[in-house]
Amino acid sequence: MRTPEHVRGAARSTAWAVVGLGLLGWTAAGADDIPRTADGRPDLSGNYDVATLTPLQRPRMFGDNRFLSREEADRIAAEERDRMAEAQQDTDPGREAPPVGGDGSPGAAGNVGGYNAFWIDRGENTIAIEGRFPTSIIVDPPNGRLPEMTPAARERRMARRAMFRENTGEAWWLKEGLPAGPYDDPEMRPLGERCLLGFGSTSGPPMLPVLYNNVKRIVQTPDHVMILTEMVHDARIVRIGGEHAPPDVRKWMGDSVGRWEGDTLVVDTTNFRDQTGLSGGTENLHVVERFQRLDADTLLYSFTVEDPTVWEAPWSGEYPWPATDGNVYEYACHEANYALGNIMRGARLLEADVPGPGAE
Amino acid sequence: MRQGLIAGTALALFACLPGAALAEAGDEYVAPRGPGGVHPDLNGIWQALNEAHYDVELHMARASLQLRDGPHGPVPSLETYKLGAVVSVPPSMGVVEGGKIPYRPEALAKKLENQADWINRDPEVKCYLPGVPRANYMPHPFQIFQGESTLFFAYQYAGAVRDVFTEDPGPAPIDTWMGQSVASWDGDTLVIEVTGLNDQTWFDRAGNHHSSQMKVTERYTPAGPDHLHYEATIEDAETFTRPWKISMPLYRRKEANMTLMDFRCVEFVEELMYGEWRRNPLPR
Repeated sequence: MRTPEHVRGAARSTAWAVVGLGLLGWTAAGADDIPRTADGRPDLSGNYDVATLTPLQRPRMFGDNRFLSREEADRIAAEERDRMAEAQQDTDPGREAPPVGGDGSPGAAGNVGGYNAFWIDRGENTIAIEGRFPTSIIVDPPNGRLPEMTPAARERRMARRAMFRENTGEAWWLKEGLPAGPYDDPEMRPLGERCLLGFGSTSGPPMLPVLYNNVKRIVQTPDHVMILTEMVHDARIVRIGGEHAPPDVRKWMGDSVGRWEGDTLVVDTTNFRDQTGLSGGTENLHVVERFQRLDADTLLYSFTVEDPTVWEAPWSGEYPWPATDGNVYEYACHEANYALGNIMRGARLLEADVPGPGAE
Repeated sequence: MRQGLIAGTALALFACLPGAALAEAGDEYVAPRGPGGVHPDLNGIWQALNEAHYDVELHMARASLQLRDGPHGPVPSLETYKLGAVVSVPPSMGVVEGGKIPYRPEALAKKLENQADWINRDPEVKCYLPGVPRANYMPHPFQIFQGESTLFFAYQYAGAVRDVFTEDPGPAPIDTWMGQSVASWDGDTLVIEVTGLNDQTWFDRAGNHHSSQMKVTERYTPAGPDHLHYEATIEDAETFTRPWKISMPLYRRKEANMTLMDFRCVEFVEELMYGEWRRNPLPR
């Protein structure tokens, strides 16, 4: 795992600049020391591990602080190290069997013990840019948090959340007489569960760090840039120049058109479907991404998101992509997606436990 | 006269060579150099134009992808007859050198079982990743990305991908659907060795199969501005009595607005795979 040292080193020849919507943009001063392709463009190709302990949104405890102190960043990294070391201890062979029905712990690791530390890779450090440690990936709004949602989007989110509950072992949707339950049809399940896209906007755009499988691969040709996200073998094909596809063309990761602005690759993406990898996004989503090579080992990835039907204002973020020696492996999700069928079968069994209208 | 003489000489030369040499193309053509200026430029969107995705072997037309015995010979199966001529199988001289795959007897028996139960067994029916070489002659385009020292294949079908190593990383850590691809150049021919393939993929819609021991050695040779000569040698001693080879041209998609579009197909098979578990199942 790489340290942020190389990021700080990379920043020596850079200067703070304010670009567009308040992004903490980077201007490579000399830019002589970055790898370039034969046509003189910065060579973005390589493998990158985008895992980071820095969250998308600034935790409220940091208030208006845009940056952690070095001590705080070190402490966060140390806590994660300790947590992982603890989680990776050998299991006690003399332990008791887990209680029937699970241990009651919440979340994805829930009472069936889904994920242990072997699977989880959130990185080992917070992000670091020029010796400073941002408290969030989001840099605009200045509070580091997502802007207000529109009333309609808030309502949609509330409705979605009302359907997302811990498994109590009962068909609560039936007991409560709801017109539809969350497990009625496969089309109602999240894209990640259906193996249509990885969760958490890992393939984006915008491409965000997630719980695991954070390695990206970029292959660059004179007229295309391909960005592969491991989960779920999702290749974004960015053509350089030209127009967006006609509005009737809709894609799970949108239609991406790139252009070079000096040494920055700018990728404009529209033509999304009504569901997007980014939570809450709609077919109106518009994402502009910027890829800058800071040095031989680091890209700076920044993005601006707008969807006026979801958020009251555009929002922007940035984080470095450190190169990695790791490879992208095949994430064949659908081919072994026993979970989706079993989730639905489980729901049918729970429904069968609820007495029907004719029962006593 | 002179041309005739040359042609005659060429014919005589070819007559001395094994049949495979006749299929070799691109000896004369010198392709433009790709990024980096050393190797030919394979960038572009390509597609096979043949019947190999139905059946790689030499075959006559068949009434359906899956057949059953009828009173006067084979008729479409219960599962496929409603689709009529749409799921009939177009004929082909085949892409297998010699026409036939050299199966071991028990492997041939499995092929015939696969074919008779096609609808339940063909991984394409469930939108599973296609494997290699099948991905290259699916009835979908695929795109080659060739940088100065990088190679990547993106397939429209199922959004399948092959991250092609240009330096050998050593044995594949685990078997996968698309395998591990390692590239090298033999003159102007791109050679890709594919190992680490699992035994779940097929060669076509005719039940042709392999084991996880399979190694595929592919050769991509520019044969003109808009086509590649493609061949793949299949080695799998568990399934076949000897190595065998397929070959075919791959054509550049020339449409001005050509682009890979979404064909994830996972969402298209949810009714097939999970429909019976809907709260209110549709008629099945």
